[in-house]
Amino acid sequence: MTKVYKIKKGLDIRISGIAELSRGENFVINYYTLRPIDFVGLTPKLLKKESEVVKRGEAVYCDKYNPEIKFTSPVSGHIDKIIRGEKRKLLEIIIKSDNEDNAINFADQISENSSEKLKSLLTISGVWPFIKQRPYGIIANPNDIPRDIFISFFDSAPLACDYEFVLKDEKSNINAALKTLKNFTNGNIYLNFKKNSKLVDIIDNIDDYVINYFEGPHPSGLVGTHINKIQAINKNEIVWTVNATDLPIIGNLILNAEYNPERLIAIAGSELKQACYYNLRVGADISDFLKTGVKGKNFRVISGNVLTGTNISSNPCLGFYDNLVSIIPEGNEYEMFGWIQPGLKKFSINRAFASKILPPKSFVIDTNYHGGNRAYVVTGEYEKVCPLDIFPQLLVKAILAGDIEKMENLGIYEVIEEDFALCEFVCTSKTNVQTILREGIDIIRKEMS
Amino acid sequence: MKFLRKQIDKIKPNFEKGGKMYFLHSTFDAFETFLYVPNKVTSKGAHIRDAMDMKRLMIIVVLALVPSLLFGIYNTGLQHFIATGQSHDFWLMVWYGVQKVIPLVAVTYVVGLGIEFAFAQIRKHEVNEGFLVTGMLIPLIVPADIPLWMLALAVAFSVIIGKEVFGGTGMNILNPALTARAFLFFAYPSWMSGDKVWVSGMIKGENIIDGFSGATLLEQASTGAKVFINGLGEKITHWDMFLGTIPGSVGETSVLAILVGAGLLLFTGVGSWRIMFSTLLGGITMGLLFNIFAINPAMEVPWFEHLLMGGFAFGLVFMATDPVTAAQTNKGKYIYGFLIGFLAILIRVLNPAYPEGMMLAILFMNVFAPLIDHMVVNSNIKRRLRRVLNK
Repeated sequence: MTKVYKIKKGLDIRISGIAELSRGENFVINYYTLRPIDFVGLTPKLLKKESEVVKRGEAVYCDKYNPEIKFTSPVSGHIDKIIRGEKRKLLEIIIKSDNEDNAINFADQISENSSEKLKSLLTISGVWPFIKQRPYGIIANPNDIPRDIFISFFDSAPLACDYEFVLKDEKSNINAALKTLKNFTNGNIYLNFKKNSKLVDIIDNIDDYVINYFEGPHPSGLVGTHINKIQAINKNEIVWTVNATDLPIIGNLILNAEYNPERLIAIAGSELKQACYYNLRVGADISDFLKTGVKGKNFRVISGNVLTGTNISSNPCLGFYDNLVSIIPEGNEYEMFGWIQPGLKKFSINRAFASKILPPKSFVIDTNYHGGNRAYVVTGEYEKVCPLDIFPQLLVKAILAGDIEKMENLGIYEVIEEDFALCEFVCTSKTNVQTILREGIDIIRKEMS
Repeated sequence: MKFLRKQIDKIKPNFEKGGKMYFLHSTFDAFETFLYVPNKVTSKGAHIRDAMDMKRLMIIVVLALVPSLLFGIYNTGLQHFIATGQSHDFWLMVWYGVQKVIPLVAVTYVVGLGIEFAFAQIRKHEVNEGFLVTGMLIPLIVPADIPLWMLALAVAFSVIIGKEVFGGTGMNILNPALTARAFLFFAYPSWMSGDKVWVSGMIKGENIIDGFSGATLLEQASTGAKVFINGLGEKITHWDMFLGTIPGSVGETSVLAILVGAGLLLFTGVGSWRIMFSTLLGGITMGLLFNIFAINPAMEVPWFEHLLMGGFAFGLVFMATDPVTAAQTNKGKYIYGFLIGFLAILIRVLNPAYPEGMMLAILFMNVFAPLIDHMVVNSNIKRRLRRVLNK
């Protein structure tokens, strides 16, 4: 069944500052921040108060409507601060580390063969949120039985971390995690690798899984692309997805009975003195690193990649799902007659800039908006970068018009924000496609519940 | 240049909310963003954006139109001096053309942009760049002698009725430039057809040689001419038709200049090659069909001459490809383009009352573009539904 899929539509944004394959020196991390807003559509319920002591793996908050799903502390210490926003919306929970790293032991919960007990172990320890569901791109519901589970073993996004480098020493953890996931579905577990990837060698009992290969430009590494090409989601179907770099955390829980959300994270981008990899836990505060590791002063810190990540400049703490921190210059400067200049240093998918005629190189790309919001004029540009069997622009228009039937017909169940991030990047009218898509998904979720 | 920026920043607060000149904020914004790409940074979604924006897009189309404009200026003078039998000094011809054509461009921009700015102000949004292109297109598709007040009226009609009532740039159904031309064509036919309007100076009869005819090739074809002749009775060669040294609207005659523009549009990807290719194919197909089943001289006009005559090339490159009014889907673009080419030649040959079929064909297909898209999108929807049923 193994197949190589060739993705033709897409775009590799040639942004400079890719992390080199080495580990940087550890730096001091005193604070860890949990952000309930990392989880789309979650209503959090706090279980701890300020200054309460927590151990690693101890629940700090839970899902209000699904209280068995816990969100646990990545470190032992005490709750330093709870930050709320408008209407008392829970924004951040800051935990101060006591550097002792006491952890809760879940050994009594481990039971290898019962899917119910495994689910309860995963939810209570805080690793369950690593399992997401499609449609909607939300945390999976433990009571569902998904059609299939899809796992992508590479990332094609700009500055993405190299999964071969990150996962090469995680063989036992990954296999333990995969074995666990096998209990949750009656369908297939699809493992999708980059063409010619050596990572496939670390998978034991390979016949238990369906292996496929993908090649081509971004979004060839997105799980949404894989699902669409292998077996697209239909209405009323549920598929689960897990990011391969989160598998070791699940595996470590199964093998060592501890929640240890530590991953090898790439800190990359043109503003760094040296871009490389660091061992960081979920929520780790990297302000100490930023004091010395960054060149200029006018930069933006993004948890995740430059297309879909979160701006964490005000409190630089690693997001729950992110295996990459991107640091790029802020583009808050005026440029005279920018629209007529040849554009030697500008990156564009269009050949309307001189940079496109010169030999390929990488570009320092800043956060400038490059223009103003306009009504749609250009057509067909989204299609150039979207390999899915979907009309992105028409779906966006259907959402803007609030036409639920049309949204369904045009395939809203098959996509989440990241699948349309490139459309947003290339949009000449500077439409905020990802925000609009999420609004559409929220409308549909409300309608279906 | 820092000085200029400082001055702008100094007066800027006047135009912001609460400032004295807030009622002119769209106008201020238009001029400021013309001078400087704003310092606005991304706040939601993707943190980086492609360097392409609407200003760059529109300016590329305007650049692509420049060869046609320059040749149009020259040709306006050339045709005039052929008709008057005067000496052919190159710069004299250019100067005559400048005097005729530049006022057309100026009036179009002043009237059109004035309305655009006013609407942007009323609607409280930024000024759209769409009219930069429309304002360049309109002078190129009218005869050089069109009275300026007529032109102003047509521009106002096309911007208000053709575009703003639908919601402005991006929302219109009909191509605004062609709406202006259609308005002139039906409201003032004596200025838009016949054998006098296409050579500058003929209507007023300024020293025109006796017996000189300024009929375009399309008019000659529709009246059954077998060999095309110029006003002096000399034969017009295919080379003349390609270069564009023939009577016609200001910018439509030179296929060569249009091809240069087409090259820029295709290279930058701003113009849709799908539409250009399929329109060409549609025109050739219809031309060949007429040649095969020819029963009258109009049907006998060789298919390739259709491509060189009238507004076919200009419409193909600059009008049919307008992304707002064309089909949106890639498959739809092929159908849309093919039918434009097909219908344009059909109207030309079978309806002598409208020798210029290109304008009507494009406007007609503008109306049908949403239907074509609907069919293409429905096939995608059906495919999705079938996936569920096949399980």
